[in-house]
Amino acid sequence: MKAAAFAYLKPASLPEAFAALVNPHAKVLAGGQSLIPALNMRLSSPELLVDITGLPDLAGISLQAHSIKIGALTTHAQIEACELVRKHVPLLAQAVRHVAHAAIRNRGTIGGSLALADPAAEYPACAVALDSVLVIRNKATERRVKAERFFKGLFETDLKQGELLVAVEFPLAKAGDKSVFLELTRRHGDYAIVGLAAHNERMVFLGLDSKPVLLQKKTLRQTKDQLPRNPPADLYHSSATKRHLAGVLLERAWNTP
Amino acid sequence: MGRAELPLHAPGTKLERGYIGRSVPRPNAKRLLQGRGAYVDDLRLPRLAHVVFYRSPHAHARIKKLQFEKSLKCEGVIGIFSGKDISQYCTPWVGVLAHLKGIKSPPQHAVAIDRACWQGEAVAAVVAETRAQAEDALGLIEVQWEELPVVMDMEASLSGKEVIHKELGDNICFARAHDTGGVDEAFARADVVVEETFEFGRHTGVCLETRSILADYNAAEHSLTVYHSTQAPHMMQDIFSRHLDIPEASVRVIARDVGGSFGIKVHVYPDEMATAALSVMLRRPVKFVADRLESFATDIHAREHKVKIRLAATRAGEILAFDLDDLTAIGPYSVYPRTSGIEGNQVVNLTGGPYKHQKYRAKLNVVFTNKNVTCQYRAVGHPIAVALTEGIVDKAAAKLGMDPAEFRRRNLIADEAYPYTFPSGVKFEKLSHHKCLNLLLEKMHYQELRQEQIQLREKNIFRGIGLAAMIEVTNPSPAFYGVGGARISAQDGATLRLEPTGMVTVMCSVTEQGQGTEGIFAQIAASAVGVSLDKVRVITGDTATTPYGGGTWASRGAGIGGEAVLQSGRALRSNMLDIAAAILQLDKNELDIADDSVVHRVTQEKKLPLEELGRVAYFRPDTLPMDFQAELTVTRHYTPRQYGFTFTNGIQASLVEVDVDTGFVKLLKHWCVEDSGTVINPMLVDEQLRGGVVQGIGAALYEECLYSPEGQLLNGNMADYLVPMAAEMPDIVCAHVETPTLQSQLGAKGVGEAGTAGAPGAVMNAINDALAPLNVRVTAMPFTPERILKALAKV
Ligand SMILES: Cc1cc2nc3c(=O)[nH]c(=O)nc-3n(C[C@H](O)[C@H](O)[C@H](O)COP(=O)(O)OP(=O)(O)OC[C@H]3O[C@@H](n4cnc5c(N)ncnc54)[C@H](O)[C@@H]3O)c2cc1C
Repeated sequence: MKAAAFAYLKPASLPEAFAALVNPHAKVLAGGQSLIPALNMRLSSPELLVDITGLPDLAGISLQAHSIKIGALTTHAQIEACELVRKHVPLLAQAVRHVAHAAIRNRGTIGGSLALADPAAEYPACAVALDSVLVIRNKATERRVKAERFFKGLFETDLKQGELLVAVEFPLAKAGDKSVFLELTRRHGDYAIVGLAAHNERMVFLGLDSKPVLLQKKTLRQTKDQLPRNPPADLYHSSATKRHLAGVLLERAWNTP
Repeated sequence: MGRAELPLHAPGTKLERGYIGRSVPRPNAKRLLQGRGAYVDDLRLPRLAHVVFYRSPHAHARIKKLQFEKSLKCEGVIGIFSGKDISQYCTPWVGVLAHLKGIKSPPQHAVAIDRACWQGEAVAAVVAETRAQAEDALGLIEVQWEELPVVMDMEASLSGKEVIHKELGDNICFARAHDTGGVDEAFARADVVVEETFEFGRHTGVCLETRSILADYNAAEHSLTVYHSTQAPHMMQDIFSRHLDIPEASVRVIARDVGGSFGIKVHVYPDEMATAALSVMLRRPVKFVADRLESFATDIHAREHKVKIRLAATRAGEILAFDLDDLTAIGPYSVYPRTSGIEGNQVVNLTGGPYKHQKYRAKLNVVFTNKNVTCQYRAVGHPIAVALTEGIVDKAAAKLGMDPAEFRRRNLIADEAYPYTFPSGVKFEKLSHHKCLNLLLEKMHYQELRQEQIQLREKNIFRGIGLAAMIEVTNPSPAFYGVGGARISAQDGATLRLEPTGMVTVMCSVTEQGQGTEGIFAQIAASAVGVSLDKVRVITGDTATTPYGGGTWASRGAGIGGEAVLQSGRALRSNMLDIAAAILQLDKNELDIADDSVVHRVTQEKKLPLEELGRVAYFRPDTLPMDFQAELTVTRHYTPRQYGFTFTNGIQASLVEVDVDTGFVKLLKHWCVEDSGTVINPMLVDEQLRGGVVQGIGAALYEECLYSPEGQLLNGNMADYLVPMAAEMPDIVCAHVETPTLQSQLGAKGVGEAGTAGAPGAVMNAINDALAPLNVRVTAMPFTPERILKALAKV
């Protein structure tokens, strides 16, 4: 389990980073919590790693007029500790405690998690449930993409060659909003078997498809009927079990005051 | 000699036991925590080469062609070798033992020669200057395979339709039948008969430090030094010697710090033998460290049983008989040199063990399959035997409408009935089932818990309480391996040396795996000699410096190694008093040793500091009488032999809550009452129990090596193979009954495996107790949410 040889660059500015990312065999390195294991298992062997952790433009959490803006390099631990997040994005505050273990939360970043788009990860589902906006830049321009359109499939996003995810903007929660995050894991910190990020009428499941699954809230029965018929089985849970468990979470969220 | 020998100070002096029974911290903990451990991978030797293995991607396939051309051109590659190349340097082995009658297994090579029999079996070895370079070359090896039919299912294996090793005739590695007679009659006259089939998943021991070996062959001396993460240095010395054709005395095995073993590191592994052979072949040091993925694919797996068991009882709640049929699958080879027949054999020996029924029948079939090999892992056979016994006992109690604790009380062997011969033939010196049961029920507030359970059920909360009584093999005599022809020592030795400064050095053949053995040896030595703990240094894990012995396995370190240390310490103390008597010109009987000094036996007046005794003995022996020679290095050995095994007993309880919507099991609390004889260090003993319980919980709820029908290991990594983790573990309450063995002076029995032996059964019974109001049961471990939901017919 030794990574194949690669070159390493730690740019100090965005232009420098974009120049390096022109190389089609370059890969962005953020917290490394997903990428480094993949390299060590030789599932991926890029020529160049572009370590973005030295880019100040990608860091920090700030309160904007209508949103909380979280820089891509913000770690799970920083989100967990952030008062602004707790106050204005309670769904994310609930979800972050379910992301991995303390040591991983110290290094893993929200940008890395969203860019990776693991179907069982918490943030993508929260981003969709909250109708948040992803801020993406390349050498020349910045573009903004709604979360719902960002996640395309299994580990597949709208990010294009040479682009960086720089931040994500979560709308501010209003009085009377209801946010519930629930997930089932056999062990604390594991990726979820199935999870639910529910914000008002938007019920978003993780672990039920190759990307977050958005259900429209109707009656409980009607909402349940929208659950995917054949969610992908995992090693320990058949498709039927996952569907059953999703139904249980839906009911529990429904009944949460 | 027996318990009367305690206290450890010479008779007639103080009535304290020195450091015995005290929770002193182990001396190596600080060093390990500071990152100053010396594991195999920490070693740097000049000209060190690294080996990695090309492993079969198929569960069963003929090697048609190996092509190394491209990989040989890679930077840093020293050589790439096939099984045939390596067989020139390392002879094959066969994992059988004479006392397991009829056991058979084909010869196994360090690297497979023309056929791979499980996914992960090594078929080529790549040696390079660095591990990364070796892995680069590994990716370029090309192999042409001819896939062969696979035998994955144990029932299919038993049927023998497809035979894995044609020359053996069938797939049965080992079979045994045991019958006291009268079983059918007992079942015929029983008021109640219960039957169940239990299944146990295949799992493995996950060590923090993966298997590691560094072999350093010295051509000038034709000698081999092996730095090895192992539990049994002397066993490995013998094996390297015989399979590599190097005189035993020229092989030195050094096991410095070992990062956990659990039975994983007590077997002969083909890749490790190949590493040693490559060192001889290349005449330079070669290192192999298994990575985590290879660990899952090649470290021994364990368990995988399917057992049908029946129990006959009277209306009054007396158990009359047990009858069982165990089928277990071990992969394509019986593991050398301990064999893969022992676990099933233990199931036959131990099932029903705590109870006083007289009729017993057991049938065992151990079969080959095309999965990784299985062999002895912590608590060998016990978790199966205990869960079977306790699962069927609970079912009988339920059918009789009797409280499970009360049903056990009626059937446990009486504490006064010893020595006792169990219907399987094993003998118990002295057990304390009733004392343990009583202590357990008191500790857990059993009646209150039952009340609470009833109340909560009305609120649709499903709590369950599970009990598991058990017996456990510890301190084995030569009956375990030696009588079967294996060169595995049942005796161990300890050398104690008084240094000139009054320090004591202990060299013992039992090894340290991270469990604290060196700590208790220091406690025993300090107590036996009469010095303070800080004066003792312990050396283990080196065949060149310690006495000969078996090492660490079968819960034998404290009971056997500890006794050798004790006897050696007492002998050294006596020799020291001889010198003191000569120096002080006093009668030896007037003297004793306490607090690092020779003292007057009665008044405790300090007579001679030990450093003064050492100074005279080593540097001024001319001042001692002409005919007197000081002997300040003493060696003693110990072998248990009165009983085949020194059985221990205990009982565990688990309290769980089952979420009947999700099938999740929440572990609320666990209790373990254990009688392991003399408790040398309560803190270490409780750590052993708790760690063991957690491993048993792993078997019950989480751990299983999953294979596809084609024989691919599906979850061989730390993300997908679920080891139990701290957040899910309950508080584990430990308590002790102390019935010392009278075979030794120390009185210690073993404790390292007890937790693992009892926990799966206790958790299973708790889950089934929780599910009882819904009239469903689960019987296949691990109890995943899906299995529970299926039982509840929710999916
Ligand atoms: C044991 C373990 C358990 C885990 N459990 C969970 C869990 O329960 N839930 C969960 O959500 N995650 C879990 N993770 C993953 C963890 O949260 C990762 O930190 C996260 O998914 C990736 O973040 P990172 O900063 O480490 O990214 P990296 O590993 O550095 O990168 C991941 C991918 O994203 C790309 N990337 C990173 N940043 C950017 C960017 N700004 N723009 C464009 N591309 C970028 C990289 O090129 C790479 O392809 C777990 C990880 C481990 C090791």
